[in-house]
Amino acid sequence: MNIVPLWTLILALGVFLYVVLDGFDLGIGMLYGFARSRDERGLMMNSIAPIWDGNETWLVLGGTGLFAAFPLAFVIILPAVYFPILVMLLALIFRGLAFEFRFRDQEHRGFWDHAFAYGSGFATFAQGLVLGAFIQGFPVQGRQFVGDAFDCITPFSVFTGLALMCGYCLLGACWLILKAEGALQVRARHQARIALAATAAAVAIVSLWTPFIDADIARRWFSWPNIAFLWPVPLATLAVTALLWRATAKNTVRPFFYAVALFSLSYLGIAISLFPMIVPHHFSLYDAASSPQTQIFLALGTLFLLPIIIVYTGWSYWVFRGKVRADTGYH
Amino acid sequence: MGLDPLILSRLQFGWVIAWHILLPAFTVGLASYIALLEGHYFFTDKPIYFHISSFWTRIFAIAFGMGVVSGVVMPFQFGTNWSRFSDATANVISPLLAYESLTAFSLEAGFLGVLLFGRHLVPRPAHFAAALLVAAGTLFSSFWILATNSWMQTPAGYKLVNGRFFPVDWIAVIFNPSFPYRLAHTVIGFYVTTGFVVMGVAALLIRWRSHAEEGKAMLTMTLGLLTVLVPLQIFLGDLHGLNTLKYQPAKLAAIEAHWNAESHAPLALFALPDQDKETNHALVEVPELGSLILTHSTEGVVPGLKQFPKANRAPVAVVFFSFRIMVGLGLVMLALVALAWLLRLRGTLFTNEWFLKLLTLASPIGFAAVIAGWITTEVGRQPWTVYGVLRTAQSVTPSLTGGEVLVSLLGYMLVYLVIYPVGGWMMWKAVLKGPGDIQAPVAGGRPAAPVVPPPQGSPDRRPAS
Repeated sequence: MNIVPLWTLILALGVFLYVVLDGFDLGIGMLYGFARSRDERGLMMNSIAPIWDGNETWLVLGGTGLFAAFPLAFVIILPAVYFPILVMLLALIFRGLAFEFRFRDQEHRGFWDHAFAYGSGFATFAQGLVLGAFIQGFPVQGRQFVGDAFDCITPFSVFTGLALMCGYCLLGACWLILKAEGALQVRARHQARIALAATAAAVAIVSLWTPFIDADIARRWFSWPNIAFLWPVPLATLAVTALLWRATAKNTVRPFFYAVALFSLSYLGIAISLFPMIVPHHFSLYDAASSPQTQIFLALGTLFLLPIIIVYTGWSYWVFRGKVRADTGYH
Repeated sequence: MGLDPLILSRLQFGWVIAWHILLPAFTVGLASYIALLEGHYFFTDKPIYFHISSFWTRIFAIAFGMGVVSGVVMPFQFGTNWSRFSDATANVISPLLAYESLTAFSLEAGFLGVLLFGRHLVPRPAHFAAALLVAAGTLFSSFWILATNSWMQTPAGYKLVNGRFFPVDWIAVIFNPSFPYRLAHTVIGFYVTTGFVVMGVAALLIRWRSHAEEGKAMLTMTLGLLTVLVPLQIFLGDLHGLNTLKYQPAKLAAIEAHWNAESHAPLALFALPDQDKETNHALVEVPELGSLILTHSTEGVVPGLKQFPKANRAPVAVVFFSFRIMVGLGLVMLALVALAWLLRLRGTLFTNEWFLKLLTLASPIGFAAVIAGWITTEVGRQPWTVYGVLRTAQSVTPSLTGGEVLVSLLGYMLVYLVIYPVGGWMMWKAVLKGPGDIQAPVAGGRPAAPVVPPPQGSPDRRPAS
């Protein structure tokens, strides 16, 4: 029995949930650096305090899930992005501890404020770099990465790193529109527009850049009959961007969901470009899959536990719904 | 040449796992202890158990948070630094690791929040159940991690195809020969570690007199637990040793710095093992005792390192000393428990300043024993990652250079040397606060009033400015 498609779906869902969920709280972390007062910083941190660690756990699930379901991709990609992964992990440590320590360690509050903002920024940039390097592909011989640890740093991957920072700021600002009131919300609307303009430009540039550097991707999108099926994707992206731009002016809830829709479409775009390759140019999902016994053994428990986790996650968001207040945070 | 990516990768893994293991060593025990206290409170209704439990829950929250962030690092190490190992073993060990993160995730998402913040928000049985489930969750995590680790020590249930491991029998993979012993020895070790921390803090509270009642209750309870657990741990250690003798004789010979296989083998109490000359200097030994301890008979043959090719021997000095440190600390713990009983029978346990100070001084003893034991078993596994099948030298990521690993190692060193002292200091502050002020259900680390948000549009909402 072959369950590669099932694992493709599970992993795609897991990575997407990670990107959206940790995306908005990393975005809050970056916007945190622009907050104007200690109270504002407190509110911003409180708006994600109850949920951030749950969000981050998707990263561990994504990592171990990739190792378990598509180990060949895991063992090629991770060495290839050795330093971005290192930077991401160290940045996430500082950022995660800032939640705990900012409130307990009053004497060094400034240090933890910086740790939170810069930690979020570096972690995001590193993730964007990984994404760019992944799209470009890696030199592979046999079953191992054979390039240099710095090969992953290219103009394209630096650009995707910056682009992801814009995208996460957009998600973060839209989350803040949802959770904040008053002056903080007004500025979040403003920040959302700036981030949206930058994100939309970045998405457009990446969409044109990738077919330019990769003939396979160009063929995927522009050959007949593909183009007949695929033209709605860019069009929908354009439409969602316009809707989001308008919603940032007046709506409270909609901007966040439009922003998630924008991420979904970008995610779909990348999937269309690369499918079915999980190590671009080298290995497909089927090549990289672990043995069927391995996939089935893990699927049994995952199909039982994952729905529970998703339901609980949804419930905890429901519990913490409503506007964030100064006194509902850490003490 | 110069910088060797293999050595540096080993140092890096050792560094991040050694710091990480300190937290499970504490939180696994503490979760069970909190569940026990909650059980006492639930069935006896005595407020003192509530105070003690809330006090430790506050410290648990900090340790658990640090355990999460230092744990995120671990699975990525397999990919970044040990890609050939991961490629070879993924089919067998990856689901075990994935089950660990799924279990940990379910636990964290499901019950930790209720335990930390839900005391007044959920019915009492639900809060007690949450404490039990958090404890069970930490044990499940230990189960999967130690199953993985044990499989690397005593691999079973697999077949090799083109140099890669494939699963044949999952039960044999998980319940591989060393797993039951390692699981029991490690978990009891974690319990004992926590026990000595609790005793040390209890002694402090008694000496400060501010929370002496809580301190006395903690000390009495923990002394009772350790009276069972410390001897049990020594017994389990012996069984684990017999298991190692059977399945990893070369490792056992290295631990004993024993070069020639022989019956009536002596036990080396001290030695300076010389790996090149295959002998020991400055040897202090007890005749016959080696055979007696390891085989439970003076006629028993203890393996010698010369039976095994030089290339298959672990670094003898490291495991020889780390093992003796672990055993020595175990005997010190046993002596402390015996001394505590002596004072208790004389009725001076709570008043003997000197002994109370000693208990506080001894509070990190379990951590030292856990690290020493971990070094013994992991260095003793060398030169293999999968014992007898896959060499460590063939496990490291081929594309890495020494300089690159040096940079990442320094990065991890720097960061851990910042966060661990800060985290330790936070826990110390929680100890200083004592269990006295605990009325509100707030434990720190998370929102104070999370589970019931104000109704939308309620009058107490104010602009966020």
